[in-house]
Amino acid sequence: MKFLRKTLDKVKHDFEKGGKWEKYYYAFEALDTFAFAPNTTTGTKGAQIKDAVDMKRLMMTVILAMVPCLLFGIYNVGHQHFLALGQQADLWDKVLIGSIQTIPIIVVSYATGLGVEFVFATFRRHPVNEGFLVTGMLIPLVMPPDIPLWQVAVATIFAVVIGKEAFGGTGMNVLNVALTARAFLYFAYPVDIAGEVWTYIPEGAKTVAGYSGATPLAVASNSVTTAESAVAALNGFGAGWADNMYSFTNMFLGFIPGCIGETSTLMCLVGAAILVMTGVGSWKIIVSVFAGAYGMGLFLNLVGGNPFTMMPAHYHLVIGGLAFGAVFMATDPVTAAQTETGKWFYGFLIGIFTVLIRVFNPAYPEGIMLAILLMNVFAPLIDYFVVGANKKRRLQRATV
Amino acid sequence: MGKFIRLKKGFDINLAGKAAIKISPVEQPETFAIKPADFQGIYMPKVVVKEGDTVKAGSHLFHDKKHENIVFTAPVSGEIVQVKRGDKRKLLEVVILADKTIEYVNFPKYTVSEIASLGREKVQAQLLDSGVWLNLVQRPFGIVADPAQTPKTIFISGFDSHPLAPDYNFTFKGQEQFFQVGVDILRKFTLGQVHLNVHSAREISPVFSQVKGVELNKFSGPHPSGCVGVQIHHLDPIAKSDVIWTINPYGVIQIGKLFLNGIYDASKIIAVAGSEVKDPQYYKTYTGASVKKILQNNLKQDHVRVISGNVLTGTKIGKEDHIGFYDQVVSVIPEGDQYEFLGWITPSAGKLSFSRAWGLLSFLNYKKEFVLDSNTKGEPRAFVQTGVFEKVTPIDILPTYLLKAIMAEDYDEMEALGIYEVIEEDLALCEFVDVSKHNVQGILREGIDLMLNS
Repeated sequence: MKFLRKTLDKVKHDFEKGGKWEKYYYAFEALDTFAFAPNTTTGTKGAQIKDAVDMKRLMMTVILAMVPCLLFGIYNVGHQHFLALGQQADLWDKVLIGSIQTIPIIVVSYATGLGVEFVFATFRRHPVNEGFLVTGMLIPLVMPPDIPLWQVAVATIFAVVIGKEAFGGTGMNVLNVALTARAFLYFAYPVDIAGEVWTYIPEGAKTVAGYSGATPLAVASNSVTTAESAVAALNGFGAGWADNMYSFTNMFLGFIPGCIGETSTLMCLVGAAILVMTGVGSWKIIVSVFAGAYGMGLFLNLVGGNPFTMMPAHYHLVIGGLAFGAVFMATDPVTAAQTETGKWFYGFLIGIFTVLIRVFNPAYPEGIMLAILLMNVFAPLIDYFVVGANKKRRLQRATV
Repeated sequence: MGKFIRLKKGFDINLAGKAAIKISPVEQPETFAIKPADFQGIYMPKVVVKEGDTVKAGSHLFHDKKHENIVFTAPVSGEIVQVKRGDKRKLLEVVILADKTIEYVNFPKYTVSEIASLGREKVQAQLLDSGVWLNLVQRPFGIVADPAQTPKTIFISGFDSHPLAPDYNFTFKGQEQFFQVGVDILRKFTLGQVHLNVHSAREISPVFSQVKGVELNKFSGPHPSGCVGVQIHHLDPIAKSDVIWTINPYGVIQIGKLFLNGIYDASKIIAVAGSEVKDPQYYKTYTGASVKKILQNNLKQDHVRVISGNVLTGTKIGKEDHIGFYDQVVSVIPEGDQYEFLGWITPSAGKLSFSRAWGLLSFLNYKKEFVLDSNTKGEPRAFVQTGVFEKVTPIDILPTYLLKAIMAEDYDEMEALGIYEVIEEDLALCEFVDVSKHNVQGILREGIDLMLNS
């Protein structure tokens, strides 16, 4: 390690002001601080000691919380693949297929995203932000397993440049970066990210008899036209080739087609437990998203109208990406509401809008992505009212 | 009847090297100094002594050109050896080479019954003239109290909750009489109450429990429960155009001594603490003492940071520099200017953190005594609102919004968000826990300076 430190110290002055590679200082700084925690000390006046936490550790914790979703996702991609083809396969075959499909997406996401970060750090002269360590993992987890890699690259570049750097980098962006990437794909290349794309089926492969790639959301949404109860439609799905695939338990566990990382509510809850116990993610947001979705589901049950509105409210919590969005997307500290009171409203409204969009939007059955992006935009407004209330309390006190 | 305020938010930083409850005889430091930078709201100090002059304890050294009656006096008698100036002839410190036995300027002295009949003008003149006035700190903004104002209440925090803080029960032991007279004098300045606040879980010194004429309030909870700004917020919050004075018990006792003994007695018991001190304990010396003799042969190693004051709000000083006017502790911690390989990811139970993020295991045992160095443990980043500021701020203030308003220099927002209610020490924990490593206290002082000069 001493050798590495010496080498870094030797070239450091070339990157500092006046050095021959001065332009690339922030790129160098990123690598340097990645290898070694810096030797900077506190100022003369004020706090002379600092908490051991820094942005890198915080982001690392979020990545760790995503690992259960990722591992399960890799397995599930293979699992769905063999189910669709009607073949038997053991665990390792499934993991192998899953890895072949998933890992390139992760590599492309990180490579293009970090590339853009370094380029911007160099041109805009700001430090490389650790935020992308999380974004780079979130993007693959919300992609379908057979998404063309060039689309991942284009979406990542779009999200980082337009979604983040245009606003000034991590900490300044309005919209969640990973969801921006997904929304971009959804509107630019809908064929590859909507409909029956959620299971990896190689070109020319023959699917099992009776196969359908419809997601639980699509099945539930479809029940409106068939006028069959949503639960019956879900329970009847997959008869003959994947019995009981869309039973409540199975959907909770996550053995269903969907985005790579979002299918398992259980794994999302494991991630949530990590985020909440470490204090990195806001439990208020997670709880209130679930509460909002559940509450809206109950309300629609009362209103009635069609089989989809009559679907039991707890089904909304396990189908689609609600759990993943609630745990990993809505809690993004930069784009969420920043006041503690505001977080309750922010999460609750995300839950409500998710279910609203699901039930009443005929074109696109998944609501969590649009609900979070919408509330990202409204988060500052929520904060505005909470901060206003704080100011008002202070003013009232003054007149007493 | 006093109130009982329960606070939950905050964080006690448990550092190694707490001062043992003993005072050992030590050779008195040779030099003492008064530094204008220790006082807020003092902009143009005018020096009235020259190098070579001799002074007595209580002699006039310099005063503020804006408020000529606010006088800074010598803590000890001796010879002025240096009037140290920096860039643009800014006054840095006035250094006195102390006599072996201290001679005092004689101020009028009174009996307890005479004191009861003294009026505010007479009392104020003597406080100002002797330099004891400087103990009175005015909120908003934490500046030296303005003699032209009448505070609505006066606050005394009877405990210090900072890391490695001195134990007031020990340092003020036996000062009951002086403290009582000090309180009696303070009551002449306000129509409201004099609040004295103690911690519910700590032993209450007789100095505080026996005193008459104060509102004795109890607080519970971790640091910053001992910060007087936090206490004011819960008992008598400051609104625009309100004035409150605060004073440390040390200052109250000094007022008592001024009127009972007729001298400016700057003797002070200071704690010398921290992981790098061989024998952490208390020393009896005077305000503005040089740390040279105290730290000689008393350090475990050479590569240390000496701090006048505590580790959250103090000032880094050299090994031969002088202790700040208001400080009652000298903290010595390791200097942290070393690299750490993969330091951002290695798990450790030895690094103290309020967070429980990956690899930070200190939350398993906060009772352990930690050795912390001065490393920043990360690089400065953009503000990311993690909600952690709110968890260490037991007052109804939104620190991030206040700090952003200051950075934007938005006066109306600063006022609306409560800049009148806080000074640096009240938000010092935010600076400690900040993930983005901002200079929170520095930003706040910038904001206060903007408000003061607006």
